[in-house]
Amino acid sequence: MLMGPKKLKSVSYAKYGYIFSIPFVLAFLIFTAYPIFYTAVIGFTDLKGLGKTDFKFLENPLQNFEAVWKNPSFQKSLENTAIIWICNFIPQILLALLLTAWFTNQRQKLRCQGAFKVLFYMPNIITAATIAILFNTLFGYPMGPVNDLFQMLGIADGPTEFLRDKWTAKGIISFIQFWMWYGQTMIVLIAGVLGINPALFEAAEIDGATSRQVFFHITLPSLRTIMLFTLVTSLIGGMQMFDIPKLFLNGGPDSATLTVSVFIYNQAFSGSYLYNRAAAASMILFVIIAILSGILFYLLRDKDAGKLKKQMRELKKAQKAARRAEA
Amino acid sequence: MRRESTLVGRTVSKTIKYIVCIFLAILSIMPFWIMMMNATRGTYEIQQNSISLLPSTYLISNFKVFEGKAFNPMVGFKNSLIIAGGATVLGIYFSCLTAYALVAYQWRLRQPFFTFIMAVLMIPAQVSGIGFYQFMYRIGWTNSYLPLILPAIAAPAMVFFMRQYLLGALSIDIVNSARIDGANEFYIFNRIVLPIMKPAMATQAIFAFVGNWNNLFMPMILLTDKAKYTMPIMVSLLRGDIYKTEYGAVYLGLTLTVLPLFIVYFALSKYIIAGVALGSMKE
Repeated sequence: MLMGPKKLKSVSYAKYGYIFSIPFVLAFLIFTAYPIFYTAVIGFTDLKGLGKTDFKFLENPLQNFEAVWKNPSFQKSLENTAIIWICNFIPQILLALLLTAWFTNQRQKLRCQGAFKVLFYMPNIITAATIAILFNTLFGYPMGPVNDLFQMLGIADGPTEFLRDKWTAKGIISFIQFWMWYGQTMIVLIAGVLGINPALFEAAEIDGATSRQVFFHITLPSLRTIMLFTLVTSLIGGMQMFDIPKLFLNGGPDSATLTVSVFIYNQAFSGSYLYNRAAAASMILFVIIAILSGILFYLLRDKDAGKLKKQMRELKKAQKAARRAEA
Repeated sequence: MRRESTLVGRTVSKTIKYIVCIFLAILSIMPFWIMMMNATRGTYEIQQNSISLLPSTYLISNFKVFEGKAFNPMVGFKNSLIIAGGATVLGIYFSCLTAYALVAYQWRLRQPFFTFIMAVLMIPAQVSGIGFYQFMYRIGWTNSYLPLILPAIAAPAMVFFMRQYLLGALSIDIVNSARIDGANEFYIFNRIVLPIMKPAMATQAIFAFVGNWNNLFMPMILLTDKAKYTMPIMVSLLRGDIYKTEYGAVYLGLTLTVLPLFIVYFALSKYIIAGVALGSMKE
């Protein structure tokens, strides 16, 4: 933007680029980088007990990591986190895609789309802590709205103790996550469809493609990058799931809804104050998230875009070489 | 004949679509509706039938249950307002500043810095929680709002959004003519660039505010003083045993914690939905 005749002048302003970035860099170093580093360090020490801050490094530096990795509760929490995330993400993305197809169908326009979007997105903005306790109350036993509804509709004869059953409890958490996020995913996907070159749709129209063909052969492939983005953000968010499992049933019944974040919290702040174990678990979680995101980006990377970038770079190199040859 | 059947087919498919959409809309509203109605109903009424689509008259008596208890929605409201407000203002201002540094100036580390911001965009907050807590404990900042507000200065996602906006909205000629008039760089940023960014600031402010308002993990770790509790921590108190029998009060407590969000949401829903869509254009 500052290229051209003003170039000489803009050089003297370069220092402001650094000056204006200082607050961000400082805040990042103090509040993110240092705490991550410190967490990693604590993972190698004997730091535990309420109010303690001094520590010694362990003789076997990997002791905490081994202990956490072999801890059945931790393994259970990893398994729960994965199950809950998958059971929420698959229906979420499928429903979001279906609604996207309906809402962007040019031949059959639905009315009140704006109102539907507002209502579908609404749960996303409401405090997760409140939603967790609200659902706990809704599924109450022996009387609660869901029990009353089931008896009213004749689905059940007597009250059911939903929250005692491990799979029901997991299912409800998956449902809450699904319910909170499908609206957001849908809006993002619709925006993605609106960003597709309209010429593609026109060409398909001329060729006489059906709505279904258009969706599967044009819309879906074009949404690839956005879907990858949704997948990665949902995965990272899902791996950290805390508010809802913590407040819905505090990990119960019998650790069926214990997620990794709840495990970390409970290790460090619920009675035992095992900061070192919690830190080791945090680092393991961090590595798992990094590896999973890396794999996803690698598997679903846009190969064409990569090629294009490479070509651009070669072109630039060639131009530079040509200019140098001229000079 | 064939036309008729496609016409019927279309009507049927359209009806199915509307039914599904209306069902989903009801699914979004219903839990909150039951919550709000039960907030006005007495415990006995709720025990008889816990679903009611109409309000009752026990609102004030439900309110009285909270007297002298730890759950104090006014305190939670005030504390959340301070934290979310402070974090939003700082986040917005410094994200704009960082974005401006990335867009308006030619400096050697500009591109590496931007790549760095993209790389840390997705670092989950939870993984640094233990170190953060220990660090704050050592410097005596637990039970302080500062560790919940100051980190907002470094908000990579917001910087990214502001940068994208600024790339399209900033005209360097305006900046240059201000320079010729003798304005210094800070003045230009505060008086010329910030006003240009108002639309982007408004969108991001909503999300930053709501995100901070809803945050549970960090406040729960750092705040142990009941007078400092934020709204989500207040909510968590409603799980306590004292409310096991006060159904109406629990529903009322839950309602009070989300009422401000509902008001904000329905007042600004148009901008929020547009903001969600805009946020996805990260490519």
